[in-house]
Amino acid sequence: MANLETIEQALEKVKDPEIPVLTIKDLGVLRGLERAEDGSLKVIITPTYSGCPAMYTIEQSIKQVLTRLGEETVTIETRLDPAWTTDWMTEEAKQKLQDFGIAPPEGSSADKRALFGEEKQVTCPHCKSRNTFMKSQFGSTACKSLYQCWDCEEPFDYFKCL
Amino acid sequence: MEQEKQKAALNLSLVMGDNALILGHRLSEWCGHGPILEQDIALSNIALDLIGQARLWLSHAGKLQGGKSEDDLAYHRDVFDFHNFQMVETPNGHWGKTLLRQFLYDAWHHAMLQKLVLAQDEDIAGIARKSLKEVNYHLRWSSEWVIRLGDGTEESAAKMQDAYADVWPYVGELLQKDFWLKELDQWIPGFTADEILAQWWKTVREVFSQANLPAEPMDWLYRKGHLGHHTEHLGFILAEMQFLPRAYPDATW
Ligand SMILES: [Zn+2]
Repeated sequence: MANLETIEQALEKVKDPEIPVLTIKDLGVLRGLERAEDGSLKVIITPTYSGCPAMYTIEQSIKQVLTRLGEETVTIETRLDPAWTTDWMTEEAKQKLQDFGIAPPEGSSADKRALFGEEKQVTCPHCKSRNTFMKSQFGSTACKSLYQCWDCEEPFDYFKCL
Repeated sequence: MEQEKQKAALNLSLVMGDNALILGHRLSEWCGHGPILEQDIALSNIALDLIGQARLWLSHAGKLQGGKSEDDLAYHRDVFDFHNFQMVETPNGHWGKTLLRQFLYDAWHHAMLQKLVLAQDEDIAGIARKSLKEVNYHLRWSSEWVIRLGDGTEESAAKMQDAYADVWPYVGELLQKDFWLKELDQWIPGFTADEILAQWWKTVREVFSQANLPAEPMDWLYRKGHLGHHTEHLGFILAEMQFLPRAYPDATW
């Protein structure tokens, strides 16, 4: 039976299938590990969005890693509260997103006002121009909006604040 | 007392879960048919959020019913066991109608969740906190569209009037102060149904005033979707949604 530290290090490498430069640790999806007295292991994760289809794949990857480490009884608990927020994303993760061509979340989580919130100023990950605009609030996955840059004219994904 | 609280939690979870499930299913019908790619994707994203939220609510409802699963509830109940509002099961119609229906539901959903996050029931507050973050984006998107279309071209404005004539008669059900709504004061200190409804009216008036639509109460029919009395449309939705797990009960992903 591997110790928790080894397990944690192995799990931290599990990638988000939709944004393969980020690990579940970078995202803050991995919330904790608990070893019960009977030797079984519990992995606590939190979903980014309620309907995020990546969660199923992430669970499968976690199980695979743990099976390889010789774990026999594994349960994965999905914890909703406190709700996931982009504030948990590490600075390193934001840099990785930027390098991958996705603009990282700017500022802290979504402003409270739902109606007519002002548009965020987002930096183009390609040419670093601030002269960009939102094309669509919803992008290729639940966590992203679609933006375009006025200067280099490239469209790009923005990882929106939640 | 405990039993009553649990019953209230079950009723709430079913109303919230079934609304999210049925509306999510309706929106998923747009997938591949949206007017432009970006908006097609937007609706699919909202559908995904709603179906995700439905899973949370129905899992909770299943737990309260002694260990049923979310799938038991989604796939193995019949029309009269569903607690969604009649409005969310109505056909999508044109883009404007889908958007107006979405906005009216989002405004209600948002007002409800803002209260439910204060619930002393940790499970319910947890689901509400998770959902509220997503519904913020839904409401913003649908309200912008209602204004853009209502205050847009002659044609879009005419279509919104059309949509209004279709959808507004169903709104009454969102505003009924029924038992399941009144029961919530058991775990939300100071909760009153009136507060939710006032918030709904405020949002709707603010948006409608810019969309050139009248936000006037009408003599609404007493609709009882939340009690299992549905329009003929729900049966067709369920037939499609439930076919596979009923025909092939052992099917897994
Ligand atoms: Zn650029």
